Amino acid sequence: MAGLWILLAAVAVALSGAVAFWTRSSRLMGTPRQHVTYETLHTASVAVSALRGGLTAAAAASAAPALRRLLGTPAVALADRKSLLACEGSERHRDALAKCLQEVVDSGRTKPLAANDLRCGHSDECPVHAGVAVPITVEGSVVGALAALGPSASADLVRAVGEVARFVSTHLALAELDAARTRTVQAQLNFLRAQISPHFVYNALTAIESFVRSDPDRARDLLVGFAEFTRSTFREHSQYVTLAEELHLVETYLELERARFGDRLEVILRVAPETLSVKVPSLVLQPLVENAIRHGLERRSGSSLLRIVAADGGHEAVVTVEDDGAGADPLHLHDIMSGRRISDSVGLRNVDERLRATFGGDHGLIIETGIGAGTKVTMHLPKYSAVLSTA
Amino acid sequence: MTEWVGIAAITVVMFLTIGVGARGVRIARTPADFMVAARAVSSPVNAAAISGEYLSAASFLGIAGLVFVQGLGSLWYSVGYAAGYLVLLLLVAAPLRRFGAYTIPDFAGGRLQSARLRQGSTVLVLIIGWFYLLPQMDGAGLTLQVVLGIPYWIGVVLLGVVVSGNIAMGGMKGITFVQAFQYWLKICAIGIPALALLAYAGHGSTANLTSSGAPTFGHPTAVTVPQAVKLVVKRPTDVVATGVVDGHADAGRHLVLEPGTHSIGRGSVLKFRAGATVPVRILLVQPSSPAWNSPFVSVGPDGAHPLAATYGLIIATFFGAIGLPHILVRFYTNRDGTSARRTTLIVLLLLSFFYIFPAILGVLGRLRAPQLYLTGNTDGIVLALPALLMPGPVGAALAALVAAGACAAFLSTSSGLLVSVAGAFSHDLLRGGVRSFRWCALGAGAVAMLAALLVENFSASLLVGWAFAIAASSFCPLLVLGIWWRGLTWRGAMAGVLIGGGGCCAAIAATMLGLARTGWAAVLLGYPAMWTVPLAFAVMILGSLASRRDRPADVDQIMLRMHLPDTLLKRTR
Repeated sequence: MAGLWILLAAVAVALSGAVAFWTRSSRLMGTPRQHVTYETLHTASVAVSALRGGLTAAAAASAAPALRRLLGTPAVALADRKSLLACEGSERHRDALAKCLQEVVDSGRTKPLAANDLRCGHSDECPVHAGVAVPITVEGSVVGALAALGPSASADLVRAVGEVARFVSTHLALAELDAARTRTVQAQLNFLRAQISPHFVYNALTAIESFVRSDPDRARDLLVGFAEFTRSTFREHSQYVTLAEELHLVETYLELERARFGDRLEVILRVAPETLSVKVPSLVLQPLVENAIRHGLERRSGSSLLRIVAADGGHEAVVTVEDDGAGADPLHLHDIMSGRRISDSVGLRNVDERLRATFGGDHGLIIETGIGAGTKVTMHLPKYSAVLSTA
Repeated sequence: MTEWVGIAAITVVMFLTIGVGARGVRIARTPADFMVAARAVSSPVNAAAISGEYLSAASFLGIAGLVFVQGLGSLWYSVGYAAGYLVLLLLVAAPLRRFGAYTIPDFAGGRLQSARLRQGSTVLVLIIGWFYLLPQMDGAGLTLQVVLGIPYWIGVVLLGVVVSGNIAMGGMKGITFVQAFQYWLKICAIGIPALALLAYAGHGSTANLTSSGAPTFGHPTAVTVPQAVKLVVKRPTDVVATGVVDGHADAGRHLVLEPGTHSIGRGSVLKFRAGATVPVRILLVQPSSPAWNSPFVSVGPDGAHPLAATYGLIIATFFGAIGLPHILVRFYTNRDGTSARRTTLIVLLLLSFFYIFPAILGVLGRLRAPQLYLTGNTDGIVLALPALLMPGPVGAALAALVAAGACAAFLSTSSGLLVSVAGAFSHDLLRGGVRSFRWCALGAGAVAMLAALLVENFSASLLVGWAFAIAASSFCPLLVLGIWWRGLTWRGAMAGVLIGGGGCCAAIAATMLGLARTGWAAVLLGYPAMWTVPLAFAVMILGSLASRRDRPADVDQIMLRMHLPDTLLKRTR
């Protein structure tokens, strides 16, 4: 019997814990004034976070209600350079607003909206009599317009709308910056793909040619590998691949390099099977291997050892590419990686940037090197990443 | 002599596991034959690895012990441990693999977009992991006690130090091949002795299985009592006693044990006649034959409501395997959903094969070695049987083999668990790196070690059954609803996990404290999954319906990714 009581008590404790958890989420603190400030800041951040990806119809539709709350007016409207994107709270003025905002976008000047601008025929029951439309400018050019409507166009409203438009501009500028950065990384990746070709194609074909007579079977295999390799590097649509696919690409690549260098290139590959299904951005490993071979082998005579290890590190896979070649000056390399110095080897930096963009700022490349001491490049690849799971 | 063979076997297994683990399986080849595709783990190997990590001390030692003491109803444990994978196969394996999550917190956080739920499930991973670690430590203490004759706590401390030290130094991370090898080691270590003993001693009278009374000695038997015990005697029994009986020192005196309780001193020798009824240690349930032969699990001294208890056990074990942290990790090694499903199927076969043998040993024990009812710790019978039934070097060799298998069982399972627990702690709660993982491994090992010292008298299978019950009433609803119902929200999931898992933990704590020993209370608290699993499902569904606006926006996309067949996916590529 005592057991049953304890059981009931346990259930009660668990229930109350759940309820406490439930209600904890929205608790208010501070004075009413602070409360108003927090509320305003929160509304503002909700409004602009939608616009962080740029001024699109979907973003405008989700930002408009928050902007309306922020301004405290019955209606707001957002337009880009071409058309009205969102009209919140005054559906009947949609067409008139579209025309007014277009004028503002074209002229680039603030425009007070009078009742006849809005073509408001039903003046009595309509809460909207006047308003103001403000252009949104990013880096000197008008990208859109914001309008707020109310019973009257007071000086306060004009000022508030102007401030909000400036606030929105700042975030649209940030969105523009993001997009530019993505484009740069993508352009670099395309460059990387294009850059592989001439240099590598020549060497590979020469090497294959040398086997055509002496070992036709090998020459054929190498040609198949060459075709496969070029196809995988040109393939653009699969942005993310598994580490197994990436290693396979490296394998084909190494086969071609080995045809050229013969016994001079010694490769040790250690792969823990647990790491094979890790998802990575495509072409993250091959540039590292190519870099190692270029700096480890091409610039000197004698044989060279390349070590590629993919080890299981619990929640992440640790991939290292190590050569015993010439190495580099760490300071020089640091300049290249941080973009202060332009180098012909765009590979390392591009891989680093894409890893950071995919997995977060603390997942860049770790490079250990010194002049004459070889180079070791390490990547920490999370086995599970929220970004990749939704990709 | 016998001891030394056992010591040697245990040492070899320990060094093999640690040595191979620390070094990692070295797969270095010349470039000529290095093929990544060949490196991928095939489903049979992965299945053996999962089985190897799964077959713990509870399976290896616990089930035979429970069958020996409580009867054939305990076979439900082995049925449930294997059948859990059927549920996993049908409902979870392939979609979860396609989702790409690697741990349950990852799944919870990714599917329901909630950092809080993620942390909540991490805490639960720790609880389940620790609970599951207890019987492993317990098994280690017991094995070393039986084989080497050292106190229980030394074995526990030894295992704790060895395993957590090894993990902290970086060993035992994701070593699929080692775990696969462990499966085959375990199946040999239990299969060969079971078949050998069956062939050698499994024929003749079956009196102890069929008669209506308590088990009897088949032939004159001398029993040495290793430590002081209290025996329950049901009918007058003639013995020749050497040692201390009921406080009197005897030297070869003939006496009659009257019905009642008798205390026997340490090191005493009792000689029984053929046909004498076997007295039983006071802690054990009286194993009368009708109860022993019944196909239901019995609870407490009165054995009330056996059918309900059996259903409680079935629900816990069938639905619990889904939520074991160290097993889910291994599914990540599968290439895609299809191979995850194939792996699970093979796991089912491998486990079913294994679970034949503990049953054989349990029945053999009752048939041929009833003296273990006087002396044995329930979980020790697998270790004690070979030497009792086959005196001589062959028996000693078999005993060493069993000891090695038991050692492999608790080493591999506790390593896998500790890696999961320490990983969850350092990665999900502390956001730490390698160093914090080390400290977490040491800390988690120490906690499990201390807790294991308190549970010496609980059967390993019972403890593992409870770990299953907690998993079944928290993670099972989370995974099943998360995979099959788009309406699940993080608030609903959190409430379900808290109430289901919390209720289950509370019930188990009450049982462990001995608050309910009889009647419905004992059944409901001892086998809580019966009510906590439906409760957790109900709370999760109702909670999600009540918080409908929390549904993640990308639920359709996630559902599509989890349920789109792999073949379709490949074709579009």
